[in-house]
Amino acid sequence: MLLVLRSAAEQGFIYSLVALALYLSYRTLDIADLTTDGTFTLGCAISATMTLAGHPLLGLVLAIAAGAAAGGVTAVLQTKLGVPSILAGIITMTGLYSVNLAAMGSKSNLPMLKEENVFSMAQALFGSAYKLVVAGVFAAVCAVLLGLFLRTRLGLSIRATGDNRDMVSASSINPALMTTVGLCVANALTGLSGALLAQYQKFSDIGLGTGMVVIGLASLIIGEVVVGRGGILRGVLAAVIGAVVYRIIIALALSSSVDANWIKFFSAVIVAIAIAYPTVKEKVLFYQKRRREAKKYAQH
Amino acid sequence: MLSIEHVSKTFNPGTVNEKKALEDVSLHLERGDFVTLIGSNGAGKSTLFTAIAGGFVPDSGRIVLDGRDITFLPDYRRSREIGRLFQDPLKGTAPRMTIEENLALAYLRASKGGGGIFSTIKAKDRDFFREKLATLGLGLENRLTQPVGLLSGGQRQALTLLMATLVTPKLLLLDEHTAALDPATAEKVLELTKKIVTQQNITCMMVTHNISSALELGNRTIMMDGGRIVFELSGEERRNMTVEELLRRFKQQTNRQLDNDRMLLTRE
Ligand SMILES: Nc1ncnc2c1ncn2[C@@H]1O[C@H](COP(=O)(O)OP(=O)(O)OP(=O)(O)O)[C@@H](O)[C@H]1O
Ligand SMILES: [Mg+2]
Repeated sequence: MLLVLRSAAEQGFIYSLVALALYLSYRTLDIADLTTDGTFTLGCAISATMTLAGHPLLGLVLAIAAGAAAGGVTAVLQTKLGVPSILAGIITMTGLYSVNLAAMGSKSNLPMLKEENVFSMAQALFGSAYKLVVAGVFAAVCAVLLGLFLRTRLGLSIRATGDNRDMVSASSINPALMTTVGLCVANALTGLSGALLAQYQKFSDIGLGTGMVVIGLASLIIGEVVVGRGGILRGVLAAVIGAVVYRIIIALALSSSVDANWIKFFSAVIVAIAIAYPTVKEKVLFYQKRRREAKKYAQH
Repeated sequence: MLSIEHVSKTFNPGTVNEKKALEDVSLHLERGDFVTLIGSNGAGKSTLFTAIAGGFVPDSGRIVLDGRDITFLPDYRRSREIGRLFQDPLKGTAPRMTIEENLALAYLRASKGGGGIFSTIKAKDRDFFREKLATLGLGLENRLTQPVGLLSGGQRQALTLLMATLVTPKLLLLDEHTAALDPATAEKVLELTKKIVTQQNITCMMVTHNISSALELGNRTIMMDGGRIVFELSGEERRNMTVEELLRRFKQQTNRQLDNDRMLLTRE
């Protein structure tokens, strides 16, 4: 049981980078960035190929750079070329499928069971908990850096772009540029997440990123239920905690013999409910009020 | 200071919705001018401001600010020099960000190079913001870290005014910026406007639906109608002008009554 929890936490920390990315693109910039699915696999693919070539660290660095580039493509499509933002993400994601296959040498999966990776490199230092330590350090460093970044001038400008676009151009900030920077940073995080996952499970597969945007959102939303919303500190905490809780829930579900096939279905349901919640609540209040008023006047 | 030369703009040209919003508008402002702008609904006042601020490129004509042709400059580049306030107090501030973060964004306009993109809000910036907020007299100086979304419309508009003038702009455009506020708050924001504009000697254009305050504030008054400037008042003529006389003049020039739904309400 403890082992199950530990591996859930390890995976949670790795996937938390996607939740952080979505905190930036979805919560902060207000863009549902579907590039995420493609970028995640891109990170896996590059990392796997580089690990097989004996350069696991370089693999992480390249995955970050490639992720940022993918985000940049989506951003240019939507800010410069007038492609609606959801479609821009879908276009990039679709294009990335071929790129990802190419990055894995035209194989749909790549095992790298014996090669050294960033986790095994740390084994000597941290003993048996090495995977947890490495994953945790990556999550913590990314969360702290993102939190600090959002407080800088550049970060403030990105947040304002998502909050009130009119006001941004009135403050001599170029909103298109801010959207681009935001999407690059978010996809860099997603790429790193994929890269870490591939080395963690010693395996890359062309389908690993499928549904990642929904899983990331589900994690973020779960985290927001736990720590609440409002403020940057809460936001990045929610991303990390949510991702870990999400993985624990999945692990528990699997160990109680729930069919693994249904995991993505439940993620989709969680996201749908969480996003629909405010609207449904408003409707319910409206009908309650209408009934109350109707009663009141019926009495007269 | 500001030269608008033969600017025209037609919306939806060639369709049934074609609308000539500006027709050959020319206007010259000297440094320190405070122009009040009045006219019927749909006269083109806001469209003129949008043209100056860079919301669109005019179909013809050019706009020169302080010797520089800005006709093709994108809006965010112009906002270094042009501040703008709208009727809607929600437009000028980012609600989920704190008061100090909003001010920090406005302050970006000042320090083009200094500090760098990764600099954060420093204690000395906070002191400066607090001192500036105190001049509004709304107690906002003690609420630096609260989200702006918690403020009232009047407080937000006063904050927007402060943000637009934190770095003295070359030109300030006020588009009925007190119209959505309750009378007492509107009065207060207008007072603040007067104070800031005089203290910093800002060249300013203000749209108002209140004719008497249009005549009382500033040094020039411009009447627009149907996308054109109908007449302009300044100097002696303006000092002696009354609301009744101005309405008569409008009718005489356009053969119409001045129909501004908001204007009728506020005519004393
Ligand atoms: N983006 C646009 N597309 C089409 N028509 C527009 C657009 N903006 C303004 N117009 C039209 O141009 C005309 C001038 O509008 P404008 O907003 O400048 O008037 P205004 O003088 O500010 O009026 P008000 O006192 O009501 O604010 C109006 O007929 C308006 O319908
Ligand atoms: Mg208007």
